[in-house]
Amino acid sequence: MGMTITEKILAAHAGKDTVCAGEIIAAKVDIALGNDITAPIAIREFEQLGVDKVFDPTRIALVPDHFCPNKDIKSAQQAKILRDFSAKYGITHYYDVGEMGVEHALLPEQGVVTSGDLVIGADSHTCTYGALGAFSTGVGSTDLAAAIATGEVWLRVPEAIKFVYKGTLQKYVTAKDLILYTIGDIGVDGALYKTMELTGPVIDRLPMSGRLTMANMAIEAGGKNGIIVPDSVTKEFVEPRSERSPRYFTSDPSASYCMVKEYDVTDMELQVAFPHLPENTRPVSQAGDVRIDQVIIGSCTNGLLDDLRLAASVLKGRRVAKGVRLIVIPATQTIYRQAMHEGLFDIFLDAGAAISTPTCGPCLGGHMGILAEGERAVATTNRNFVGRMGHPKSEVYLSGVPVAAASAVTGKISSPAEL
Amino acid sequence: MALQKGTVFRYGRDVNTDIIIPARYMSTQDPKELAKYCMEDIDPEFVKNVKPGDIIVAEENFGCGSSREHAPISIKASGITCIIATFFARIFYRNAVNIGLPVFELPSAVENFRMGDQVEYDLEKGWFKNCRTGSQFQAKPFTPEIKEIFDAGGLIELVKQQTGR
Repeated sequence: MGMTITEKILAAHAGKDTVCAGEIIAAKVDIALGNDITAPIAIREFEQLGVDKVFDPTRIALVPDHFCPNKDIKSAQQAKILRDFSAKYGITHYYDVGEMGVEHALLPEQGVVTSGDLVIGADSHTCTYGALGAFSTGVGSTDLAAAIATGEVWLRVPEAIKFVYKGTLQKYVTAKDLILYTIGDIGVDGALYKTMELTGPVIDRLPMSGRLTMANMAIEAGGKNGIIVPDSVTKEFVEPRSERSPRYFTSDPSASYCMVKEYDVTDMELQVAFPHLPENTRPVSQAGDVRIDQVIIGSCTNGLLDDLRLAASVLKGRRVAKGVRLIVIPATQTIYRQAMHEGLFDIFLDAGAAISTPTCGPCLGGHMGILAEGERAVATTNRNFVGRMGHPKSEVYLSGVPVAAASAVTGKISSPAEL
Repeated sequence: MALQKGTVFRYGRDVNTDIIIPARYMSTQDPKELAKYCMEDIDPEFVKNVKPGDIIVAEENFGCGSSREHAPISIKASGITCIIATFFARIFYRNAVNIGLPVFELPSAVENFRMGDQVEYDLEKGWFKNCRTGSQFQAKPFTPEIKEIFDAGGLIELVKQQTGR
């Protein structure tokens, strides 16, 4: 029996020739990640262990991105815990404000994570790096604490579902629509504990930005990891930037999958996930008349340069509707600078958008765009649970960038075709 | 472990970590402080009524969403001794195990319990009795790896033992 790419990466990090689904392994971690919400608990737990050093100060990434730049005194105290810990233990991948970006955009961009890695992060969207052909998964703070101390994590080898995307994407239909459609099809627990291996000619043609978007949302289907077998797109992305040598794993033709899902995307419309679960997807043509108050373009799901370019292409020469707040959040400092140089900021500002420094901010109801009671937002983020972006009686509608930008212009959920 | 008694807090499916503990309260790591807001957006009565020894019973996919360990921490600090669900989201399950909050996948019990039922139970044995219906439920034993973590009192304690500290 052959192995999937996920099984091969796990076997390689457990010092085994083979592993099989269901097996529990102790695996070596290449990068362990935490942020200003989760790392303070991990650091407290780490200190209870009474060890005097971390397993490897070059393999720990601490990114204060959620409530940073500090939104209030309590968040300032939390961020300081990361800063002090990083100074004490010589953590090389600590990114303070000015270098900081949304963690899952930042680490691939900076070459901190690479193909073939095993990455754990105390953040559920750590699954993003599967786009590079890495095994990466979200864990909690205690797992992070143990990994910071030992460099190891216990993992159950997941069964795998293979997703095959065929056909041709229509104009404005993006990777976000593919993954929203998929979650709508299989449900928020459709890939529970499992690998989502994303394959097919549509994936082969996706740029790295779209691949990151898709792997990012594997957790919204309950997945343990999302993963794409590395190809020339991957190599072009990782090789100029990786600080360690990438390792390219593939899935064997005889690898075992518990399910195979095939989608022909040619007729796929732009998708919107209605409140309050990412699985409540509808084609935008069936959204009805949903008036909105705010639009967020950004996050670890859709805050990359390609996303901002796409937003600008829809917003160019247009104005945000009266009564709607459009907030654009470039995910990293590098993206911010490049978007500025390309003139995207002028387009956003002319349209009446606010441009924010990199932060997760509004996505989890932290800051930089919180919703009042009864307000509705269209967001390119990843979750629309009750109260996710603010008041428990506010609503979040998830979409790709084109729908978000078009909705900002019309003031209701819209396709760019309506402009 | 002796028999315990408590009240059941019964919830539906896809109880996510954002409603267990909203991000607006995550500027602290203090379990007692987090417990003040536990379940606020799904059941504002929870914190008013919960007592030590009570349990949560919920349907499919309990704990889906964010990796925030604040969620099981706030539940544990509220006095809840264990959670029964049809099944759990994986990061929540890990987190609960790692902090020593027992979690049982027991679909038949989920069907039987209602909000406010009295439950008699033995955590060590994974045994539960619904005092209203008289029905009894036996959870499957934990895998050896997970039992090892529970027996140690959580992952940090286990790592301490393993590293000889």
